[in-house]
Amino acid sequence: MPRPAHRKPDYHKINKDLFVLTYGALVAQLCKDYEKDEDVNKYLDKMGYGIGTRLVEDFLARSCVRRCHSYSEITDIIAQVAFKMYLGITPSVTCNNSSRTEFSLILDKNPLVEFVEELPAGRSSLCYCNLLCGIIRGALEMVHLAADVTFLQDRLKGDRVTEIGITFLRKLDEKKYRRKK
Amino acid sequence: MADEALFLLLHNEMVSGVYKSAEQGEVVSAAKALEENGRCITKLENMGFRVGQGLIERFTKDTARFKDELDIMKFICKDFWTTVFKKQIDNLRTNHQGIYVLQDNKFRLLTQMSAGKQYLEHASKYLAFTCGLIRGGLSNLGIKSIVTAEVSSMPAYPDTGLHPKTPRSQPELKPRVRCSTNCATQVLR
Repeated sequence: MPRPAHRKPDYHKINKDLFVLTYGALVAQLCKDYEKDEDVNKYLDKMGYGIGTRLVEDFLARSCVRRCHSYSEITDIIAQVAFKMYLGITPSVTCNNSSRTEFSLILDKNPLVEFVEELPAGRSSLCYCNLLCGIIRGALEMVHLAADVTFLQDRLKGDRVTEIGITFLRKLDEKKYRRKK
Repeated sequence: MADEALFLLLHNEMVSGVYKSAEQGEVVSAAKALEENGRCITKLENMGFRVGQGLIERFTKDTARFKDELDIMKFICKDFWTTVFKKQIDNLRTNHQGIYVLQDNKFRLLTQMSAGKQYLEHASKYLAFTCGLIRGGLSNLGIKSIVTAEVSSMPAYPDTGLHPKTPRSQPELKPRVRCSTNCATQVLR
């Protein structure tokens, strides 16, 4: 009798699942600990900030990005290099204002929500992926750039796409600082 | 793989986050502090349990059925550990009565910490999640277990004890499984 063929599992994909599942367990635990959505969002953002401040070193060590001369270059690098490296996706970048300090990252596919069907009942203002905002904010701050990062649209809340808005707060002074990101 | 860095950082943040929110109460007696510590470890372990359950499901979707417990433990040592920690368990010992000792000479989640005794007491916090991971994985494979962790010295010899619950009413005695992980950490520069 022929043996039933079984494929070896895709280890690379499972390794990615480890991060996604861990994040899900974390959010579930936070929802248990905090009643208000704002508290959970704030906590995720703070956690992401801590991760971002360290992740940027890892990022700079792995990628050999050249010095950036404008905010749009920086946003492009976040989208095309950083997101690709850590999450395997490449969000598209749009500029939201004429002075080129506000940008949006549009995510068609968000691996963090792969196993999320919908937000739990009573948690309609939960920003599930708020960790990402914190990470971007923390990483930018470590390279001397202050920015506000928030979710503008969220697929889990019924919007068409997931959109992360990055607003750079201080003007880039090229002579004063040397920036690599 | 860059994913590893992300998971490591998330794990570290989770541990410090859980302990920080516990610390927010006033400083009380040593007994209370111990209780808080236990609660935090339980929280982390439960998170690991959920993740372990999900992970093992995705893992064993297409694999053949396991013959016996030893087969399952070998799977944990080889495939599971490789996927999660990028290396196999270095040594597996058993007494064939249900106690298994797994040795990992370079435990990934602790390699970022400096060697020496100063952080010894904190090392167990970083093992709680992994204990839960193993317990969750085994639970979905049909083995009930209790996992504990001990660190005797950094960078070596943190112990992860796996003890399956043995309900007395059942005639069949479930074997006891004990895993211990040895690991060596690199000195941080």
